[in-house]
Amino acid sequence: MTSPTIEYGLIAPLLVLLGGAVCAVLVEALVPRTRRFGVQFGLAVIAQLIALTLVCAGWSVTPGVAVMGGLSIDGPTRIVWSLLLVFGLGATLLYGERRVSGGTSAFAAQAHTVPGSRAEHEAIAARQENTEVFVLLELSLFGMLVFPAANDLLTMFVALEILSLPLYVMCSLARRRRLLSQEAALKYFLLGAMSSALFLFGAALLYGFSGSFQFADIDAGITLGIESQTLLMAGLALTSIGVLFKIGAVPFHSWVPDVYTGAPTPVTAFMAVCTKLAAFGGLLRLLFVALGGARWDWQLVLAVIAVLTMVFGAVVGLAQNDVKRLLAYSSIAHAGFILVAVVGAMAGDALGEGLTGSVSGVMFYLAGYGLATMGAFAVLTMVRRSGGEATGFDAWAGLGRREPVLGAIMTLFLLSMAGIPLTGGFVGKLVAFVAGWQGGYAWLVVVAIVMSLVTAGFYFRLVKIMYFDEPDASVDVVKAGTPTWVVIIVGAVGTLVLGLAPGSVLDLFTSAAGFLR
Amino acid sequence: MTFPWLTLVGLLPIAGSIIVLALRGRGGRTAAMLFALAELVCGLAIVPMDPADLAEQHSWIGAIGAWYALDADGMTKLLVALTVILVPIVLLAEWHVGDAHAARGPADGKGRPVEKDGVLPPRWSTETFMALALLLEGFTLYVFMASDLLLFYIFFEATLIPMYFLIAGWGGTGRTGAALKFLLYSLLGGLVLLLGVIGMYVLSASDGAPSLLTADLTGLPMATGTERWLFVAFFIAFAIKAPMVPVHTWLPDTAEQARPGASSLLVATLDKIGTFGMIRFCLAFFPQASSWATPFVLTLAVISIFYGAIMAIGAKNLLRLVAFTSVSHFGFMVLGIFAFTTTSLTGSIFYMLGHGFSAAAMFLVVGFLADRRGSALVADFGGAQKLVPVLAGVFLVSGLATLGLPGLANFAGEYLIMSGAWSRHLVFVAVAVIATVLAAVYIMLAYQRVFTGPVSEASQTHMTHDLSGRERAVIAPLIVLMLFFGLVPGPALDMVAPTAQQAMVHVSASDPEPSVSNGGK
Repeated sequence: MTSPTIEYGLIAPLLVLLGGAVCAVLVEALVPRTRRFGVQFGLAVIAQLIALTLVCAGWSVTPGVAVMGGLSIDGPTRIVWSLLLVFGLGATLLYGERRVSGGTSAFAAQAHTVPGSRAEHEAIAARQENTEVFVLLELSLFGMLVFPAANDLLTMFVALEILSLPLYVMCSLARRRRLLSQEAALKYFLLGAMSSALFLFGAALLYGFSGSFQFADIDAGITLGIESQTLLMAGLALTSIGVLFKIGAVPFHSWVPDVYTGAPTPVTAFMAVCTKLAAFGGLLRLLFVALGGARWDWQLVLAVIAVLTMVFGAVVGLAQNDVKRLLAYSSIAHAGFILVAVVGAMAGDALGEGLTGSVSGVMFYLAGYGLATMGAFAVLTMVRRSGGEATGFDAWAGLGRREPVLGAIMTLFLLSMAGIPLTGGFVGKLVAFVAGWQGGYAWLVVVAIVMSLVTAGFYFRLVKIMYFDEPDASVDVVKAGTPTWVVIIVGAVGTLVLGLAPGSVLDLFTSAAGFLR
Repeated sequence: MTFPWLTLVGLLPIAGSIIVLALRGRGGRTAAMLFALAELVCGLAIVPMDPADLAEQHSWIGAIGAWYALDADGMTKLLVALTVILVPIVLLAEWHVGDAHAARGPADGKGRPVEKDGVLPPRWSTETFMALALLLEGFTLYVFMASDLLLFYIFFEATLIPMYFLIAGWGGTGRTGAALKFLLYSLLGGLVLLLGVIGMYVLSASDGAPSLLTADLTGLPMATGTERWLFVAFFIAFAIKAPMVPVHTWLPDTAEQARPGASSLLVATLDKIGTFGMIRFCLAFFPQASSWATPFVLTLAVISIFYGAIMAIGAKNLLRLVAFTSVSHFGFMVLGIFAFTTTSLTGSIFYMLGHGFSAAAMFLVVGFLADRRGSALVADFGGAQKLVPVLAGVFLVSGLATLGLPGLANFAGEYLIMSGAWSRHLVFVAVAVIATVLAAVYIMLAYQRVFTGPVSEASQTHMTHDLSGRERAVIAPLIVLMLFFGLVPGPALDMVAPTAQQAMVHVSASDPEPSVSNGGK
């Protein structure tokens, strides 16, 4: 019996991040509480920066399968890793922001203190803060990094659990409106556990079909034409449902609005961007690598799901009067738009010379979406009424005139989400829809375009409110610290760069779009 | 490498707009005017230059074959000239548009401006108006100069943003709703066009190396069905832009609510993108589908001509009247384009210029009237000629230009369109000719009701002063230009003729043989 081999070079970013998380646990135990928040914050940022540097440095290293076939470190993995670490850093900065809520973070320090009460002030003065969120963030991010890199169903399942469990906890930690937050966490946990169970069941059925958890073996089983189509179809459906749940695709979306609204805003930003990134990365690998041979079976079903997702997100979004809920529904609609590119299934052999294809379409869209969404949530944390975030549309009235710079940046984010040219969101829509059309789903692109118009309706409604309605005097736009501004500025600049000069990023994504089988 | 003139022409007003905003009111108007005048010089400077020297091409998004590519043929130069001439005129006309804003008019409990005597105070300052106008100018010029489909599309959509704010910030009481209607119609057109752009890219990619250069997309082989669908997508987008019946309804509403200066820019320059796009893209990319759709398009064009004219006769509001005349005139342009003769195409392109001047003049003159009276309703005037003779005179000249009187700018275009189309589509032209009579009716009727007859009490109260020096400076250049292009259309026609011939080559149409009547033997 040979000892297992581990390719430390290939998986170094994972190890650094996990090491960071372990150190963070020790910090929790050993560092005095007055200095704990700063140390945890710094440690999280540094660990992610090192991991990001390692990913960037590793771009040129030949792709390979690592850890006895458990992980596949190829182009798409590296794209997702880079994006995840960039947006993970953004979320970390929002976690570490204390100035917007009057000297404390967005998380409840102790379950029994009432927000704004004297007991809480004393707790803050004594620096009894919640610092475990950074550990949870790092662990969750570690799961997200493993998920799209997983090369077999079991690794994928374990990664799914690692990324989910800390998220459930983080959702419940809001300092204000705790009941909503806890309700959100419970809802997310119950539905999430259900979807994990379905995924696991599907994985078992696929094992029954091919006799292996390895993606390459499942693919071989399909190509060879193993008789048992029932096992394949059921396994395909159940594993896909597990991932589609994380994406927030209709009809597996029902948790999204409540959880996004109830969770602390930094956590919402983290979920909206990073969870979606990891889930789409995993979905692409599952469908293209393991189940690519059964493409004709899943394409049409997925197209129907894409239509449902786009229509639901766009139409129900029209009726929202709360910015946070609006962003939740918009994230559902975006999931539908991205699915258009997935349905196209333009990857590998189907991809001709000079085409961008599904993988780079999905990833570019997610990059543009992530920049705008994270920036928008960062702006959201600054609009407050008597200390708490004011997310109702009425509170946002006249924001663009009271705060010209912030208003202009928020408008830029909304325009990007609406897919107006000169922003990253437009180029993302373009490449994603092109991939769908090339895959033979022109009708799906037509639906997507119509729904883009509908979503533009609600984004412009918010723009109108920000510029044409008179300000509400009870609402403050509080001063934010450096971390929030870094997120906002990077989001704005990135949105413009992706809109004006997307060439190099798109080239990079396209050149790295090949899966290692 | 030669000097990038076109980039300069495109970026100068955009830079100007940012600088005017950054000045925050200190000398912003003067700065805006200086930028508009500098742009006028640059824009006119490229007119005599050789297109080959002007063309620019740099790789932009390599992965999808998109280029930062600009060029300027005769039609582009004509539209660039029109745009750069109109912007300083409009800025001068709206020199005081935001003054009431500075005074901070009446407000409700929440500080929102409220109506007083049927007037809603402006939302922002004059400087903001000018900055947005300059931004719109830059985007519009990029639309005309782009020779890459994606670059064209990006600026096509980007023009909506400054235009939306221009409509919604200043003007009548219903301006916010009008702006939203404009935005939704335009976004619909823009997204339909996006479908077309994606389709063209996919076709270009499946034909080999993808490239979105207009030149590379011209003559792309495609199946008949695909070609027709793509044609429809492009055509709908351009028909909304150059408002054609039945997707014109946003224009009268917008014109009624927006400031006349904003309407001038909208109708005279921005809407030309529609007819420009039909020539530049529909004919070049989809020649067979263009021929296939001709009967349908011509029918719509004639309906637009007629419907616009009739609605103009019935319009109770002078601003709506001008908007409906434009619907009618855009119908003429489309008729000329889809008649597929060199003469009618040349006429259409020239008509874009003439209509730009006459529509802008009409809007601005009506604006002068409305500013005095506080209303643009025909019924609120009467006998004004005796009180404001010069204003009446310029209204009459602009009106005569609008109805296509020989010697003024629109005549040559209208004549060429109809004489060119005559040989091919006799019936359509015969119907369209009747509309020129209707044009005389709507202009003269409006003139009669507003300016002649006994002096009404309202006119007596409000029409106290004739055109000021500034207003004369606004309208004089427009009248001079209308006269000039009415009397000397030759150079401009020569400039655009190559574009028309090129379009004829694209649709592989040939002009009908001239035939001589044999005297009934």
